[in-house]
Amino acid sequence: MKSSVIIFPGSNCDRDMDVALKKFGFENQMIWHNDAKIPKCDLIVLPGGFSYGDYLRCGSIAGKSKIIKSVIEFAKKGGLVLGICNGFQILTETGLLPGVLQQNKNIEFICKNVFVKINDKNNKYFKNIDKDILELHIAHNEGNYFCSKDELKMMNDNNLIAVSYCNNNGEINERSNPNGAIKNIAGIFNKEKNILGMMPHPERMIDKYLSGEDGSIFFKNLLNNLK
Amino acid sequence: MKIKLTVTLKNGVLDPQGKAIQQTLNGMGFSNVEEVRQGKYFEVEVNEKNEDKAKSKVEEMCKKLLANLVIEDFKIL
Repeated sequence: MKSSVIIFPGSNCDRDMDVALKKFGFENQMIWHNDAKIPKCDLIVLPGGFSYGDYLRCGSIAGKSKIIKSVIEFAKKGGLVLGICNGFQILTETGLLPGVLQQNKNIEFICKNVFVKINDKNNKYFKNIDKDILELHIAHNEGNYFCSKDELKMMNDNNLIAVSYCNNNGEINERSNPNGAIKNIAGIFNKEKNILGMMPHPERMIDKYLSGEDGSIFFKNLLNNLK
Repeated sequence: MKIKLTVTLKNGVLDPQGKAIQQTLNGMGFSNVEEVRQGKYFEVEVNEKNEDKAKSKVEEMCKKLLANLVIEDFKIL
């Protein structure tokens, strides 16, 4: 399986993502934001970081960059697009995903491990995954997901809320909400569920000695689903 | 022609920075400050002599890039 990680000026999780994808068997290529085309692949990843220094709004400049047209084209044809952290912000700024990621409610940069509950397994990302709760890492200043009431209803009705912040028992409540996100939303799908945007970083949880292995579960499962 | 505009959060959208500023002002003794909303101010130099045309271009820029209409409103001054 081939994957492409897009590098924007200011991306800083691109190499971690490259390591993670290769570790679990993806044949990964790094694509520069100023390239016009993305070589044929099965998965495009928009990595975390601070693309264009977070100028204007997080992800807004990357959302208009040269490469993004190819990403949108790929996504509209049903190609898998995964946006992590800043990648999620970019996906909302392009309009591929609804809503917006605002500044955290407590005005603090949050860097810690969290638990997220997988709400829907009827998709390529989480199908057959043998866990319901994953321990992943978050590191962001703008992860406070917000959308209109209509969009929230539409997402609820179509099972598009992919992952929600929860405690280690899977309970979704205010105490387990790190950033003020509406309904504890940590990640969402588009209607066709080929696009997933989420704030937590699975690529930071792929080593049992350094971090944890719930990211490994995510990548192994994703690769199996694509085979 | 220079077009000036502001981008502000819509009513009802949480503004944590505005809230922190308000609380700081209260703490400094400005006890009658009830709310602060923070926004952005832009000056866009457009190579265009007709004001209406320039403003209409800037309006398009606001909708496409300068403001995120999910949470923000813009006002061309």
